Amino acid sequence: MSAADTTTPAKVPPPRQAPPPAAPHASRRPRTANGAAVPWLLLAPCLLVLVAVMGYPLVRLVTLSFQTFGQPQLWGFKPAEWAGFDNFKTVLSDSEFWSVVVRTIVFAVGCVVFTMVVGMAIALLLQKVSGWVKTLINIVLIASWGMPVIVATTVFKWLFDSDYGVFNALLSRLPGVDMIGHNWFASGPEGLAVIMLLVVWGAVPFVVITLSAGLTQVPKELEEAARLDGAGAWGVFRYVTLPILKPIVVMLTTLSVIWDMGVFPQVFVMRGGHPEPEFQLLNTYSYDRAFVVNDYAQGSAIALITVLLLLGVVAVYMRQMLKIGEVE
Amino acid sequence: MSAVDTRAPRKSRFGWNILGLLVFVIAGFPLYWMLDTAFKPAKDAIDPNPSLLPTGITLDNFRRALDIADFWGPVGRSLIVSVAVVLIGIVVGTLAALAISRFAFRGRKIVIVGILAVQMVPLVAMIIPVFLLLNDLHQYDKLTGLILTYLTFILPFTVWTLRGFIVNIPKELEEAAMVDGCSRTGAFLRVVFPLLAPGMVATSVYGFIQAWNEYLYALMLLSQEHQTATVWLGNFTTKHGTEYAPMMAGATMMAVPIVVLFLLVQRKMAAGLTAGAVKG
Repeated sequence: MSAADTTTPAKVPPPRQAPPPAAPHASRRPRTANGAAVPWLLLAPCLLVLVAVMGYPLVRLVTLSFQTFGQPQLWGFKPAEWAGFDNFKTVLSDSEFWSVVVRTIVFAVGCVVFTMVVGMAIALLLQKVSGWVKTLINIVLIASWGMPVIVATTVFKWLFDSDYGVFNALLSRLPGVDMIGHNWFASGPEGLAVIMLLVVWGAVPFVVITLSAGLTQVPKELEEAARLDGAGAWGVFRYVTLPILKPIVVMLTTLSVIWDMGVFPQVFVMRGGHPEPEFQLLNTYSYDRAFVVNDYAQGSAIALITVLLLLGVVAVYMRQMLKIGEVE
Repeated sequence: MSAVDTRAPRKSRFGWNILGLLVFVIAGFPLYWMLDTAFKPAKDAIDPNPSLLPTGITLDNFRRALDIADFWGPVGRSLIVSVAVVLIGIVVGTLAALAISRFAFRGRKIVIVGILAVQMVPLVAMIIPVFLLLNDLHQYDKLTGLILTYLTFILPFTVWTLRGFIVNIPKELEEAAMVDGCSRTGAFLRVVFPLLAPGMVATSVYGFIQAWNEYLYALMLLSQEHQTATVWLGNFTTKHGTEYAPMMAGATMMAVPIVVLFLLVQRKMAAGLTAGAVKG
């Protein structure tokens, strides 16, 4: 019950917000300089690094997207010139850009939905199975979670190899199916489906383990009570378990959206460093514009648009994290 | 009574267990196939109708993987970068985490939001300006440049995780030590630090893994001859097209130490991540 409370209003934090400013107030006069400086001194190195290597490039990303910046500017032969909204105009009026946007969104939504549904199903399943099965699944999940993305990508490349890949071989063992030699990467949708599988495979463990931890905190009495009141398995899940898990689900979903919109190495390595047009997602497209076409300004404009697209999701995530952070 | 109680669940559990084993097999298959291919004779790997069980154990693929290109150079560079990032990250991160978890000061909330927000900026979006920045600073193709850039994603993560560990250490312990005559620093070193140490170790290992696994920056900011381990594996395919068995041997060499490290710290990290997420 108490958990459900935290999800409802954003009104919970304010009262907790109040005390901190009050504390310095009491002892303000005697030791302002000293007392207030300590936390900032402790923060200084961290903030310095972040501003230098994160803040500056962020600003540069914005300014770059309003400039002309290509090979000559990179080598310093010509100064960068202001171009106003030209880069954005070029990008936004490019039909290829819009098909990349749609592809990226479909891809990311597919990844997130599959990850969350499969993750939730496995987390619930873990509650039903015997201890030893649970241990087996947990070991496999943690091991695949720990797999470096590049390793996982090369392994999937091998699994789905057209001639010697085990996936085609297994499919061909079904009666009436001959998939030997089938190239999964000949078409964009099929290839991206394989990449989606790879992303989901890598993302599910985190979701399962976080949800399992959450499930252990769902009070058994509540489920019991709902069952006594005549709720079926689905009813208990929908009206008892899910509302209690909501903060975790929101956090996991937003994180997944952010991660899955940011998929890069999987596509890049899977396509041998040169993704074909029908494999381009926003990130690889931005990379392609900048480092293959050598138009750094247009690449930056695309990257900036991607960041703006994500802002809404980030806002939801931050609110949730702040709520969680405020709990103690 | 008890007989009835235990029998009913056991009966219904059988079906769930079968389903659970199915999940185990499917989720574990890519891992199994990597190891299987790495250890089987190379000619068995290119069998259009491969045997699903191991066909014999050989280390030839590993030898071949080490021959194809310099392996220890990239691994050494990855080690240097990851260790340096973690050492700097943990020192700087602990200080910052202490500040936001143990001090009430004006601007604290903004700092917290900032640190969270920084984590959300996609690395890929930053690659163009970071590349240009390092180019200007003559840090392109230098390990120091890479270390500096890795700090941007290791630091926020370290601060946020350590903050989680610190808030779980009761403030009263420190206060008691200060009442007994410790200075604030003394109280931290004698009371908080020992309690925080396991969390710091877990955070470090996790940060190490993240730095080790990073691909894009390593690819973009270092030239071919200074590549790191992930780039080494990523390039494996382009140069030697279909030699999958040695490639899986390379993948195994890269993954096994990381997976083992991960298994060691995962429990601690998961606890830190979800602590307080559900409890009101």
